[in-house]
Amino acid sequence: MSDVMHNFELYQPDSIQGAADLLGEFDDAWIIAGAKDSLGWFKDRVIQPSVVVDIGGIAELTGIEETDDGGLYIGAMTTLTDVLENPLIRDRYPILSSSASQVASPQIRNAGSIGGNISQDTRCVYYRTGFPCYRAGGNTCYANTPTAMNRDHALFEVSRCVAVTPSDTAPAMVALGASMVIRRKGEDIEVPASEYFIGPEIDITRMTVLEHGDILLGIRLPADWANARHYFEKVADRNTWDFALVSITMVAKMAGNAIEDVAMVCGGVQCTPRRLTEVEDVVRGEVPGAEVETLVRRVASRGAQPLNFNHFKIPLMENLAARAVRSLA
Amino acid sequence: MAYRLIGNDFTPPDIEAKVTGSAKYAEDFRADGMVHVKVFGSPMPHAKVKSIDADEAMKIPGFVALLLPDEVKQPDVTGFPILTSEPKYHGQPIVAVAAETEQAAADTVAALKVDLEMLPFVVDPLDSLRQGGANALEGGNVSGRGVDFQELKWTGKDFAAAAENELPRGAAPIEWSFGDIDAGFAEAAVIVEDSFVHATNSHHAMEPRSAAAFWENGKCHVWGSTQSTSFAQPGLARMIGIELKDLVFVAEYCGGGFGGKATSYPLMALPALMSKKLGGRPCHLRVSRFEEYANGMARSGFQGWTRLGFASDGRITAADIFVVQDLGPTTGFPDFNNVGNAFSVVFQPPNMRFRAVPVLTNTVPKGPQRGPGENQTANMFEPLIDKAARELGIDRIAMREVNAPGNGGVGAKIGAKQGPLTSAFLKEALTQGAETFGWAERSANSGMRKGPKARGYGVASAYHSAGSSGFDGLVRITPDGTLHVHTGVGNLGTYSYGSTSRVAAEVLGYDWDHVVIERGGTARHIPFNLGQFGSNTSFTMARTNYVAAMDAKAKLLEIAASSHGGDPDDYDISDERIVRKSDMGVVMTFAEAAQMAVDMGDKYAGHVLPDDIHEMTRTSAMAIAGTGLVGVAKDTLPKDGTAPALTASFVEVDVDVETGSVEILDFLTVSDCGIVNHPTGLAAQSRGGAVMGFGLALTERHIYDPAYGIPNAASFYHGKPLSYLDVPLNTQWGAVNQPDPQNPMGIRGVGEPLQGSASAALLCAISDALGGHLFNRIPVVTDMIVNAAAGQPQSHKPLATNTV
Repeated sequence: MSDVMHNFELYQPDSIQGAADLLGEFDDAWIIAGAKDSLGWFKDRVIQPSVVVDIGGIAELTGIEETDDGGLYIGAMTTLTDVLENPLIRDRYPILSSSASQVASPQIRNAGSIGGNISQDTRCVYYRTGFPCYRAGGNTCYANTPTAMNRDHALFEVSRCVAVTPSDTAPAMVALGASMVIRRKGEDIEVPASEYFIGPEIDITRMTVLEHGDILLGIRLPADWANARHYFEKVADRNTWDFALVSITMVAKMAGNAIEDVAMVCGGVQCTPRRLTEVEDVVRGEVPGAEVETLVRRVASRGAQPLNFNHFKIPLMENLAARAVRSLA
Repeated sequence: MAYRLIGNDFTPPDIEAKVTGSAKYAEDFRADGMVHVKVFGSPMPHAKVKSIDADEAMKIPGFVALLLPDEVKQPDVTGFPILTSEPKYHGQPIVAVAAETEQAAADTVAALKVDLEMLPFVVDPLDSLRQGGANALEGGNVSGRGVDFQELKWTGKDFAAAAENELPRGAAPIEWSFGDIDAGFAEAAVIVEDSFVHATNSHHAMEPRSAAAFWENGKCHVWGSTQSTSFAQPGLARMIGIELKDLVFVAEYCGGGFGGKATSYPLMALPALMSKKLGGRPCHLRVSRFEEYANGMARSGFQGWTRLGFASDGRITAADIFVVQDLGPTTGFPDFNNVGNAFSVVFQPPNMRFRAVPVLTNTVPKGPQRGPGENQTANMFEPLIDKAARELGIDRIAMREVNAPGNGGVGAKIGAKQGPLTSAFLKEALTQGAETFGWAERSANSGMRKGPKARGYGVASAYHSAGSSGFDGLVRITPDGTLHVHTGVGNLGTYSYGSTSRVAAEVLGYDWDHVVIERGGTARHIPFNLGQFGSNTSFTMARTNYVAAMDAKAKLLEIAASSHGGDPDDYDISDERIVRKSDMGVVMTFAEAAQMAVDMGDKYAGHVLPDDIHEMTRTSAMAIAGTGLVGVAKDTLPKDGTAPALTASFVEVDVDVETGSVEILDFLTVSDCGIVNHPTGLAAQSRGGAVMGFGLALTERHIYDPAYGIPNAASFYHGKPLSYLDVPLNTQWGAVNQPDPQNPMGIRGVGEPLQGSASAALLCAISDALGGHLFNRIPVVTDMIVNAAAGQPQSHKPLATNTV
């Protein structure tokens, strides 16, 4: 933990193609956006790539614009501050403004990008401090032992690794049905948010589908949930510079007093944003109230498998799911 | 008496540099030819170095030198070495390297091959006290100030005798008592008995303990980060292995210390030792955030038990207290002593027994942190006072008022020997605070629910000793009429170096614009002062600056008498001039008198000095001798008793029982700190102490996986100090503003208890919101509230510490 980065070659391309070429040229090239995640790795010397490609100077990766289908396109390098302050996003997708406003601290939001925020690595303290765990290429999980300090870790979908997604905005992407636009081998592909985030059963060394050489270009938000009812709440130990213990993200459409349609996603409980489909099935068509809340609590955490120190997340996610539904009353 | 300066705000002279960023800290040191120093920290919590292979490391371009453990002086087994071949905690420096660039130094450290043999280690004191439990150090597990290093194991019977959630109570090397506790419990109407845990937590100083040094003409120049410009020097000189007169020390600014930089520390000496090896070449050590967390010390945690007896009117009849202190891997700091003392002051029990066991662990080194022991006392005991109040049906303010020392401290006592206090108005602070806060009306809403939010109110008191004596003052009036106040107290950020310098100006009747504060290092010729710690600065430094100014005043009058005839008593001072009392005619200005002092020499100009001043003061006075009228004296003013800093805090919260979130709605603290010298300073301390206290109550703790002994909270975001976004924008403060009779200006300090009473009041408010639920564990973190509200058990094992 010298706080001094290793030596590396830094490239700062000014075009997407230039970045793609560099990523193709160097096998261990590491891509940085706002670098709020990567520089910590480097300063701790846990990750030491020989080549770093900084895409912060690529103008076409920045900006927010309306799309023909009534949705929005957000460049991956757009800062979190620009996302949370953007009037279009505030009006149509307040859930994204809210979640972006809860990321880290004002200073980090000013430099950190939306693409980096949704694609950041997990904050499991064992993994981040250099333990040779499964995710780091080893053969054990240090956060799931009889003595492990795993208060922050997963309740669901554990597959050797028990780390959780740390992103505040990733659940909003899933709830809003966003698509991630990725430059891969010269082609632009779109990956639904529900598939963009991957768990350890798919690849234990990654949090997203991004592969070496891929560049996340932007995020496409469809109009489906624009101007719908939104609810976001993050529970953390501090109001700033803290990761969610559990967060809840919900979008809903009302038909009179009843919930016509809903998408609810929970953060901080598994490796990927967790869609609470059972909750959605319970509340769809129902009028919010005490009876519905009771049912929501009953199913919200169903299937949870707590570790040594995180069983508090069960009532917490049940409560958050109930509060989200309560907000529709 | 009306003062011109005391009690009024002023602009500290260094504030512009801090605000603009032009202030130079130790980390800003640069010099031609400077090399960079880095350390190899132990990857294990306890180990023995078998070999060090530096062959590859020495090939790193830019490599300059290695410094090994056998090249530095080694302390006793429980001491704090600069480098060690038997590391006792994760991150402890084993080898230091020097290189032409910081990059090369870091690369050299990374290329070192240090072969270590793992030794048994322990992170929980109770585990070490068990039969067969690991010792943190070879040969023993118990130490502490006044406690011989020894191996202490409790019997299986000791552990079996305690219930699952009850602290076992075996042999204790510390035990004292007064009164008759059996009789006290016999007369109690209510007895409260509980066990509790208080976490360890880091200091979170923004400025890490970086340092720099070089040697020139036989003197060692050191730039360091310290709270105590004078007081740190003797220890630093000893660590470097030089005489005090050969140390040139610069410490102009300190970016946060909170007790962790109260005195000298090993990393401060490291660049000097490397520089010595390199023939005096400038060496710079930039300490990383992780290294600061690993080596920067932490507050000691406790595991404890108590039995408290209360009469029907709320008076404490007896107190029986047993604490186990997590001492870390060195002698640490005697927080345990302060637990007993603090309880005895705040609650004035007539009968009390205190037992303590300081236990060594392989965790980060422990040192004093703001209210070391005293603030843990507030957190551990104040919720139990509430518990008794509820059982007795007594208002919680009344419960404290009936026990608190007040009325100037008449009859108030402290500690095992039941010594006196110089003054105490804690009872009055509680009363004043309750009125300002509107306690009677607002606390009627205790437990009020608004949806998932429950309203709670808390009140708590805290104490710290707040004054010393026997240190030196040094002032000088130069022939241009300027008053120079030489102060070595340090610049921790409280600006008390400035506010106490105003005492000298007050005594001499100076316009503040005509005063220069000489501070920041040896070159400013500073006297030997106590450090800026222990809430003592205001009391102690007011006295030293007073005696120095009085010495200067006496010399001014003597000069006037020698020049214009008569006795010194025939003269007085007014508006920076000496006047004849009989006709108030001006005899001479201070500037003229200062020139006369230079001309007269002898004691007037500092050529002849008092015999009883410290070596450092003598050196400084000799350095300025002949440049003006020198006032220099040791504080021998009467002092009988302990000067106490006392505070009472009040908190209003909403606790969300669905999320575990705590929202602090309102906060007030009232201080008993003598006459308020610097109102804005007290306001800042009140608020800063509260913010720090709220973190102590809610979020801050060290965490270790006992399988590895590696700290899991060694960064700001893991350590979780609170920020402005976590606390109310506006907080209230007040003071009883009653003079301390043993300070010539009536002044006392109050830095430390402002944190403890705030944190304890918050803990009490959370408990109040939850219908009196007691966690008996500090901090009360989010998950504990969620679990309690959900009616499910907590995750942590009973009495476990250094855990989540």
